[in-house]
Amino acid sequence: MSTTVETRVPSGRAEQAPPSGPLTRLRWAVVDGWVMTGRNMRHVIRSPEEIVLYFSLPIMFVLVFGYVFGSGMAVPGDGSYREFLLPGVFVMTMLYGLGATASQIAVDAGRGVVDRFRSLPMARSALLTGRAGADLLRALLELSVLVVCGLLVGWRWRNGLGDAAAAVGLILLLRLALTWLGILLGLLVPNPDTVSVIVFPLAFPLTALSNVFVAPELLPEWLGAIAAWNPLSATVAAARDLFGNPGLGGGSWAAEHALLLAVGWPVLLIAVIAPLAVRRYQRLSR
Amino acid sequence: MTDETSAVVARGVRKTYGRTAALDGFDLTVPPGTVCGLLGPNGAGKTTAVRVLATLLRFDAGHARVAGHDVTRHPERVRAAIGLTGQYAAVDETLSGRQNLVLFGRLRHLPSRTVRRRADELLDQFGLTDAAGRSAGTYSGGMRRRLDLAASLITRPQVLFLDEPTTGLDPRSRNGLWDAVRTLVADGTTVLLTTQYLEEADQLADRVSVVDAGRVVAEGTSAELKARSGADRIELVVRHAGQLPTAAALVERITGGTVRVDREIRQLSAPVADRITALAELLRALQDAGIAVEDVVLRRPTLDEAFLHLTGDRSGRAGTEVAA
Repeated sequence: MSTTVETRVPSGRAEQAPPSGPLTRLRWAVVDGWVMTGRNMRHVIRSPEEIVLYFSLPIMFVLVFGYVFGSGMAVPGDGSYREFLLPGVFVMTMLYGLGATASQIAVDAGRGVVDRFRSLPMARSALLTGRAGADLLRALLELSVLVVCGLLVGWRWRNGLGDAAAAVGLILLLRLALTWLGILLGLLVPNPDTVSVIVFPLAFPLTALSNVFVAPELLPEWLGAIAAWNPLSATVAAARDLFGNPGLGGGSWAAEHALLLAVGWPVLLIAVIAPLAVRRYQRLSR
Repeated sequence: MTDETSAVVARGVRKTYGRTAALDGFDLTVPPGTVCGLLGPNGAGKTTAVRVLATLLRFDAGHARVAGHDVTRHPERVRAAIGLTGQYAAVDETLSGRQNLVLFGRLRHLPSRTVRRRADELLDQFGLTDAAGRSAGTYSGGMRRRLDLAASLITRPQVLFLDEPTTGLDPRSRNGLWDAVRTLVADGTTVLLTTQYLEEADQLADRVSVVDAGRVVAEGTSAELKARSGADRIELVVRHAGQLPTAAALVERITGGTVRVDREIRQLSAPVADRITALAELLRALQDAGIAVEDVVLRRPTLDEAFLHLTGDRSGRAGTEVAA
């Protein structure tokens, strides 16, 4: 350790703190969130085994559900079960990503590094928005893999690229809402091991009581109603519609207005959960 | 020194957890460009004080200013002016050493070219260049602590908080860290250091504040604190253990103080007021009594003793005290 006197050291000044105007504050929040997104992506690059894990789960979903269950499942109207299933698998993968989000936030919150972040003149929200940003990028990667898998097992989009892109957009919007749910969970249960135990019993019934595997009209009436109003179902139904995949129908209001709900549910969830998560984060270790 | 020109000011700061007060009327003034040592037993409130001043913790009453900014009203201005190196190295364990420094530099909103240059300088300065590409998680304790300090120095902080910075470090790493702190102070940085090592406070701090039960119970230079904790002591070692009682009686008659006897090392010690006179008289008396003396020293109290004196001796070290 040398003790050379450094003459060009930038000095810590108040100007490096976010300025007080709301617009500039927002700009700094975006910049800091992007820097934190980069940090989280570097984590992924530095632990390649995680990348394998990212992709093995969705691929497994397609193969297991498409071939094992798919042989015995019926689709309303005429159509292949695998083509019915794929949009559901897309959405289910988004849901299960919630566990990774929650445990990674819990890991961050439990470590000393969060003290450093809190002592820096950065936007307070950046640790959380950086997580959301990185998880959206991860979701985009997972979706790409799923689309390739889907094409290999015979799934197609049939309404043109524009509608397909809109469907992907809706799926990512739902993922964003689920990310914020994961962030809140990770902050409430700040123990990474506990988090992953909690997520499965939460996620599993949510997929079972939806239109991911079975069309709601094939369920008993009361179950079908729950399934139709499930936020997951809205996104799945809207995606099936936009991709031109089979399995539409049911006469319920929720099924008729799937597109509206596919936008409304996630926006509502984000509007409620994101402020709660930020509040919770600011109250950590007080 | 007014509150406006001080680098760190705390006035009557109170922080309670439930019914326990971690800080209970905490007062502190640190002039710019100096090192202030916060010394106190575990649980005295040193770390809480640092976390309050570094904007990590809200407090219930009182007020605090750091680098001229109010901690409650303008925390982000305080954050831009401070560096914090805590008890546990606050670095990202997955990222490499260089990636850590670049990340923290970018979060300080420095241009990316400046950040990269500064990261390389710091890696070099702290002897981490060879390990720059490795995950911080693979670093040794000493390397991690160095990286943690480097992360606090990407911009030169006006005020640097060091919370037990050398706990668990080997002597070489500790000396290196002390050198780095001295260099910073020479360049005008103010340092607030908490430590359990009295030697560390003695080595680095211009002034020491002794913290106990959430407030500062004594404040001064380490020499002043030592002086306040009582008189100098005379210590002597006799050759034959059998002569200890006779020698102790003589020491007590001449110094008039309570004599401490350590049979293991055949040592007697007692507080002494008129140092040289007492020493001469004592040596004469011992010689007359035919007691062989192996070693005699006059010494000022250690900061250790000052510390125990000021915070109340709760460690039960008085066990060796024997009335002669």
